[in-house]
Amino acid sequence: MKWYIIKRLIQLIPVIIGVTIIAFSLIQLAPGDPARTMLGQHATQQEINEIREKYGLDEPIYVQYAIWLNGVLHGDLGRSILTRELVVIEISERFPNTIELAIAAMIFAIIIGGLAGIISASKQYSITDYTVMGIALFGISMPVFWLGIMLMLIFGVILGWLPIGGRIDLIIPFQRVTGFMVLDSIITGNFNALISILKHLILPAIALGTIPMAIIARVTRSSMLEVLRQDFIRTERAKGLSERVVIYKHALRNAMVPVVTVIGLNFGLLLSGAILTETVFSWPGLGRLVVNAVYQRDYPLVVGCILIFAIVFVIVNLITDILYTFIDPRIKYE
Amino acid sequence: MVNKYYILTIGICLTLIAASFSGCVEEEAEEMVLIFAMAGDADKLDPADVTDGESISRTDNIFESLVEYTEGGTDIQPALATSWEVSNDGLDITFNLRKNVKFHDGTDFNADAVVFSFERQYNTSNPYHDYGEWAYWSYMYYDIDYVEKINDYKIIIHLKNSNAAIMTSLAMFTVAIVSPTNAEKWGEDAFKHPVGTGPFKFVEWIKDDHITVEANENYWRARPTLDKIIFRVIEDPSARLLAIQAGEIHGMEYPDPSSFDLIKSDSDLQLLTQAGMNVGYLAMNTGYGYYDENENGVQDSDENWVETPGYFEPLTNKLVRKAINYAIDKNSIIDNLYKGTAIVAKNGMPPFMLGYNDDIVDYSYDPDMAKDLLEEAGYPNGFNTTLWVMPVSRPYMFDPPKIAEAIQSYLADVNINVELYQIDWSTYLEETENGNHPMCLLGWTGDNGDPDNFMRVLYGSDSASIGTAGNVAFYNNSLVQEKFTAALQSYDVTERAKLYEEAQVLIHEDAPFVYLAHATQNMVFLSNVKGYVLNPTERKFFYPVEIE
Repeated sequence: MKWYIIKRLIQLIPVIIGVTIIAFSLIQLAPGDPARTMLGQHATQQEINEIREKYGLDEPIYVQYAIWLNGVLHGDLGRSILTRELVVIEISERFPNTIELAIAAMIFAIIIGGLAGIISASKQYSITDYTVMGIALFGISMPVFWLGIMLMLIFGVILGWLPIGGRIDLIIPFQRVTGFMVLDSIITGNFNALISILKHLILPAIALGTIPMAIIARVTRSSMLEVLRQDFIRTERAKGLSERVVIYKHALRNAMVPVVTVIGLNFGLLLSGAILTETVFSWPGLGRLVVNAVYQRDYPLVVGCILIFAIVFVIVNLITDILYTFIDPRIKYE
Repeated sequence: MVNKYYILTIGICLTLIAASFSGCVEEEAEEMVLIFAMAGDADKLDPADVTDGESISRTDNIFESLVEYTEGGTDIQPALATSWEVSNDGLDITFNLRKNVKFHDGTDFNADAVVFSFERQYNTSNPYHDYGEWAYWSYMYYDIDYVEKINDYKIIIHLKNSNAAIMTSLAMFTVAIVSPTNAEKWGEDAFKHPVGTGPFKFVEWIKDDHITVEANENYWRARPTLDKIIFRVIEDPSARLLAIQAGEIHGMEYPDPSSFDLIKSDSDLQLLTQAGMNVGYLAMNTGYGYYDENENGVQDSDENWVETPGYFEPLTNKLVRKAINYAIDKNSIIDNLYKGTAIVAKNGMPPFMLGYNDDIVDYSYDPDMAKDLLEEAGYPNGFNTTLWVMPVSRPYMFDPPKIAEAIQSYLADVNINVELYQIDWSTYLEETENGNHPMCLLGWTGDNGDPDNFMRVLYGSDSASIGTAGNVAFYNNSLVQEKFTAALQSYDVTERAKLYEEAQVLIHEDAPFVYLAHATQNMVFLSNVKGYVLNPTERKFFYPVEIE
């Protein structure tokens, strides 16, 4: 197992090189010029040239890539063209927010989606089944933007139960330690802040988690149905085990592999930012960062973000693969 | 096993409930905090190194310049300078500086700080010059030769040419005075640690989330009434409105025009509206530009007029351009597409500015007249052309694709078949400045409140330089350019006004543009927020504001 993990981590290198080469090429192929974006409507050619030279934008693309790669090997992702801030700092200021939101959304998706799938499978072709799957279909089809606004309108404005957006009530004094606000509020014993942070998490987590929730519900259902038709389930029922034990102890575990795959994939996606949810809920995450960077043609920042996304994806996939061995001991890696 | 989990869950719930009650007990002494939602985060907090409104709105409350705009206007009044004097030849402006003013970091405000704030922008050997792009310097302050310290509280700004617009430019954020000690302390990272002399001190900046500033207890005027301002980032206009309806914020910028009725009907909200300092227009490429080989911003005698890449024969004809002006129903566009957030434009600068010519009678909506003119011009059957459409909304061009479609249909009525063309924003700017278009939609938001910043920049022959054109109609009338140059060099307000009025008559007659709209600026506040005054420059000053 140890060697397997090491081997997989080594495989990161060609993946990252490939992804960043593609990212570099795509950005350069897209029309637009960061120097002009930065200087606006009244830029002189001289100013534009100066900025291109300053940021190495006048070099051929392979030279730019080589310089960038050399920087990365020395732990330097460069500075954002637009904000002059180090790319590492720009990313590290948003990443904890993205991780917290992704985790909250996945907890919501797994609990609700998993339960819905199980209930649906155990009562196949019943009204419950159709209702749950209907809701799941609705969840998949719903535009996140609209869902977000509706949640804000209902729970924020009309009922007044939950905050509209942001991460915390800004009136509450709060000390940042790690950047993970839930963690920071616990470390510093600031429970006032913790409550506020958790309240601010609920609506974005539901908005972001709805689609994964629906997918998980559907996959859990079909996977469970397949397992429930197998001989050992019949044997267990024949032994007189209660339906609850049959489903939750035996069938569920056997049905988990495809569900975990879907969870892993979705979690990876959520970790690379969620532009719509982040925009609606004013969540300072990676999604907004990367989209704004693309709009502004802020090359170092875009490529820096893509690098992080690639690493995150590979690691989440690796963790998913390792989880398989725990769920199903028959799966072994050498 | 199960019981253990139940106990744990109940434990956590009880802790959280207890914590939420403890919050009620620990209420601190109430501060007057104003939370204002902005549509985007700041790029940088160095006023000399930014061009985006989002950064400027924050820095304007932290920094001050030598002079400032009057409240709600664009006239100049003393700020960090107490008085000034212009030499007879108009080339030297001597400023007496305010004494006993300190920066937020305790550094004294004096002539050294002023010289530093200017010099880092224009002096390439200044060690801090490399820490910024200083985008506005060569554009607005090219006439400043150098700044000289006479004594601790007196400086002279030496100009290369007399420039009547320079005083309004000196009220801009770009020449705000920064603490030299702070610049030295932070070096390249000073843009994240802004220190000025303004009414509010910088506290913290959480990227994409908020920027907090607090009252400057030692402000040279009376202390601000607000204890803190928190600038929150809420990008989505619907979310901003929901946040103010829920009382989470006290004010917001850029409300969606479709929500104006809702805002007006809500007694908890107030909508502030004012004519904005902008113009949106359709520019018709009149055909000829010049290459500014020596990059001096002036069309010199050896720089010849050549066809622009987007040269299109019919548009070189004044009659055709007039016909297009007559063919478009601007009132309908303003009512239906700007949704009442703009007034119809007939001149190339906003009505409240010095030298605006209100005697000009606008081209009416008259398709028959347009057809007659086309026939007279030799195009009885019309022609086919392309209209370049901005890919982004700007206040002066609200929803460009829809405006373009409306124009397309109006022109089709007079047999001009228009194809619409769209590309990304930075390329759009690049290509229109290059003159690749026959017709394009564009506009301008003023920088300093001076008419020169509209007239010469947008309609002067010198601005018709291929590749860097501000005048994207490539309109070339030497008489107009002469008037602009004379107006810039004269410090006599009446004479300046007359020159601009005369120029507008000539431009109207040549009709290189269809002036569409002057958009209003709109902000929403809770009704208990008092004292906020909109500024025509769209800059945001929170100094006199309070919450009742």
